[in-house]
Amino acid sequence: MTQPLLRAEQLTKIVTSGDAPLTILDDVGFAINPGETVAVVGASGSGKTTLLGLLAGLDGPTRGDVWLDGKALSGLDEDARAALRQRLLGFVFQSFQLLPHLTALENVMLPLELAGANAATATAKDWLARVGLAKRTTHYPRQLSGGEQQRVAIARAFAGEPKILMADEPTGNLDNATGLEVIDLMFRLNREHGTTLLLVTHDVSLAGRCARRLSLAAGRLVGDDRMDSEDSPG
Amino acid sequence: MNTLKLAWRMLSRDWRAGELTILIAAMVLAVASIGTVGFFADRVKGALGKQANLLLGGDILISGDRPLPELFATEAQARGLVSTPALRFNSMVRREDADASAAGAVLTDVKAVADRYPLRGTILLVDPANESGTPARGIPSRGEAWPDARLAARLGIKTGDALAVGDATLKVSAIVQQEPEVASGLLAIGPRLLINLDDVPATNLLQPGNRATYRLLVADLSTRDVLDPYIKWLQRELKVGQRMENVRDLRPEVRQTLERAEQFLGLSALVAVILAAVAVALAASRYLRRHLDTAAMLRCFGAPRRQALTLFVLQFAVLGVLASVAGIALALLGQALLVAFLTSVAPGDLPAPGLLPAATAFGTGVMLLFGFALPPLIALANVPPLRVLRRDLPRPKPGGIVAYLLGAAVIALLIAWQAQDAKAGAIMIGGIGGLLVAAALAAWAMIALLKRLPQRGATWRFGLANLRRRPLASSLQIGALALGFMALLLLTVVRGDLMQNWRASIPPDAPNHFVLNVLPDQADAVLAAMKAGGSATPLYPMVRGRLVEINGTRLDTAQYEDTRARRLAEREFNLSFTSELPKSNRVVNGKWFDGATGTAAGVSMERGIAESLRLKLGDTVTYDIAGTPVTAKITSLRKVEWDSFRPNFFALFAPGVLESMPQTYLGAVRLPEGSKSAAWLSALVQQYPNVLAIDVGEIMRQVQMIIGQVAKAVEFVFLFTLLGGLLVLQAAIAATQDERRFDAAILRTLGASRAQLSAAQNAEFLVLGAIAGTLGAAGATAIGYVLSDRVFQIPFSANPVVWLYGAAGGAIIVTLAGWLGTRGTMRQPPLAVIRQLA
Repeated sequence: MTQPLLRAEQLTKIVTSGDAPLTILDDVGFAINPGETVAVVGASGSGKTTLLGLLAGLDGPTRGDVWLDGKALSGLDEDARAALRQRLLGFVFQSFQLLPHLTALENVMLPLELAGANAATATAKDWLARVGLAKRTTHYPRQLSGGEQQRVAIARAFAGEPKILMADEPTGNLDNATGLEVIDLMFRLNREHGTTLLLVTHDVSLAGRCARRLSLAAGRLVGDDRMDSEDSPG
Repeated sequence: MNTLKLAWRMLSRDWRAGELTILIAAMVLAVASIGTVGFFADRVKGALGKQANLLLGGDILISGDRPLPELFATEAQARGLVSTPALRFNSMVRREDADASAAGAVLTDVKAVADRYPLRGTILLVDPANESGTPARGIPSRGEAWPDARLAARLGIKTGDALAVGDATLKVSAIVQQEPEVASGLLAIGPRLLINLDDVPATNLLQPGNRATYRLLVADLSTRDVLDPYIKWLQRELKVGQRMENVRDLRPEVRQTLERAEQFLGLSALVAVILAAVAVALAASRYLRRHLDTAAMLRCFGAPRRQALTLFVLQFAVLGVLASVAGIALALLGQALLVAFLTSVAPGDLPAPGLLPAATAFGTGVMLLFGFALPPLIALANVPPLRVLRRDLPRPKPGGIVAYLLGAAVIALLIAWQAQDAKAGAIMIGGIGGLLVAAALAAWAMIALLKRLPQRGATWRFGLANLRRRPLASSLQIGALALGFMALLLLTVVRGDLMQNWRASIPPDAPNHFVLNVLPDQADAVLAAMKAGGSATPLYPMVRGRLVEINGTRLDTAQYEDTRARRLAEREFNLSFTSELPKSNRVVNGKWFDGATGTAAGVSMERGIAESLRLKLGDTVTYDIAGTPVTAKITSLRKVEWDSFRPNFFALFAPGVLESMPQTYLGAVRLPEGSKSAAWLSALVQQYPNVLAIDVGEIMRQVQMIIGQVAKAVEFVFLFTLLGGLLVLQAAIAATQDERRFDAAILRTLGASRAQLSAAQNAEFLVLGAIAGTLGAAGATAIGYVLSDRVFQIPFSANPVVWLYGAAGGAIIVTLAGWLGTRGTMRQPPLAVIRQLA
């Protein structure tokens, strides 16, 4: 049996706002194996983004723990978690999160440079070519369309060759046609590199392209469905 | 190593994207202004130091108002030192053989010297065959005189001609090209004449009223370290009116003047630095806001907090070093221009710029950057990485009050160091701090007042609500803008007013010649001659006396820490007596004599000297006048307009006290410009060789020229201040630009038209600019008042135009700059703006 790449146990997040403590995530547990494509679905406010933040170690849980590649995040300090993210994770965000004062190429290069990779420029150029933006490398984000910005973000996420790609509503800011193109691109690259995909979305059709679907409602895990999907491996 | 490389890359990307322009400009400006003044002062001081030994003509110089005791010379000889006496006095010198009306007479600084002079340095004589001059062998023989090149030119004389000095006729045997004791070009006073000490009695010039200085030059040519014990011995022997100078306190008036000038220039530069600091602070906090995402992404990509902090700090360190180097380069250029402005100092005479000012300027830059930018940087490194998912997380605060304290401490340190005097520094720090607090408070109050104004139309309401919504930020922004406007107004309007008032304070009919050293039996005839020449003042009797007691206690001049006060107390006073309060004098404390006579009527003192010597109304002072003590109570203090160019006295007695004392007379006359006045002067001096006529028109012109040059230098440094003010304006507007653009985008999404948005924004900028401009005008007026009352000591007249310029100019400039800064927003689709800035 393979060791799960990502495991969550009894994950609970309670925030105190006003006088009443508010439970955002309540006792959530699951495991994800290498190569799986998983969609986290649920209505707004069901705790999807909070869950993603906890899984990526960007935030700490009130109770419970997360194991990334066999390491318990609770035992690591923020810097060690950062190092783990650098080795394992890639991110795609709803609002792209490209840095406005960097060109497309520099945005892709930044995580490579941080990791001290050799030939960051060549790698980044290569990835921009793969997402179809070979001719837009010197453009700033404001000179790119929404779809193009998200493709830069995808190139940036894959360039570090992460084991897990985490995507938070990657089509949320895009129109349908553009969203579809971006999703096609993401799933194609995912297949080519055998990356594990964790996708947070409230878009049912997008969730349908993943082999597994975790459903959240009011902070609780209410469904864990596996299905045959067009993008499932093998 | 890799982090440094990455920091460099990130920095160059930021630079290319225009994120750093204001920050770098502010840094360069601060370093350049401190550096320019530092280099300049260093070079001028260096020039003085180099010439120090030569300037003195010996290792130490003993001088006194009366002949020095023989003991000084014999003791020096006994200790293995060499010494030579000298005598300096002023006299009118003219050509013996020339037609009196043609060449006139020239007031000359006469130096009578004896064998072995000078003990240090050499006298260079003009030699047609050698451009750099020929060293003189010895001194002028008896019956000979060596004028310097200026005197020779003014009198039109050459070697072989004869000169009349008092009653003596001396033959010109050489022309001096350069001699020891030539003051630096900045403050040289008159032409000079070198004669033999043995010829002095024949001139008959050493009359009681003539201010001669008796000197003894001493040098240690044996190098057996016998000088210091002699100095120690001498210090015990020195009496009142005698002093010793060595190279360390050489020409204190020159040094002091330069130090004052340096301080003044330094403080002007400091205003530029403070403005630059405000710009740096504003730019750094904008940098913080714009790089929150960068920081969060870095952390999300796996950069540990330390690496993130290192990255940002390294970027700023590199930026600081580069900007400082650029600033120093600019400063080198600036000081060269400054030297070129002050044309009377030949650049060749100055040593090359030293390293110390460069180091200081560099330190200023780095301190400034980290004092103001470090707190935001630490805040940046502490951004929670979760921000990449949740944009609504609270923004980190750049260290709050501690951060501002750090910046304030840096500024306070800079001010204290520039002022070089705890009290002046404290006043500056307090003044600037108070000004800032007052500006922010006033802005806050004005914003609160806005609420009460009738507000018509949604655009005004929205625009003003924007100001009120962030009272602290708005107040700070207004305070910063006000500081900028204040600098601009000071530079343009107030400075012009000051100069004009100063010129106006010299009346057009002011006397242009002083006539002094008139003996009592010559008084009537000389006064008649003066009246024939032009409009003349009365001749005032002048008696010389030394202040020996205050309130019955023997005066110890050592109590005065200020060297100027000590010198004033040590030298002989010019005393006079009159029953009428002289023109351009005003009693500010106590009562004028009003008919009272004798010592019972007391003495009237000038306010300034009373302050320097710590004398009060009611104190009793005793003067030693030719061996006779005269005691009187201070019954009034006078304010004297010194630049009236009329004869004025520190101490005035009532009639019936000084009449029997040895005295000379002093008066002033306004002669018409041109050759007639030269002829008149020549005739006067020929008839009364002991009389001195000082052309104060010449001095007035010289003073005006020197002040003009210093004003140019200050103006030049003010250029930096001007740039600083503009930078602050730009930074203050840029600081809230993103917020405004975001608000505008949201409003447009909600259906506001472009015209409505522009109107709302213009309303906000208009009010912001008007408030800041008004506060700036208030600040400029206050500083103008302090400058005229305390520094220039001229009557202050408020200029109402300053307020108009301030309010209207502020409103227009800020609105224009705001419009330029945000006009791009109006063209961009709102969604793009929201996406970019959300």
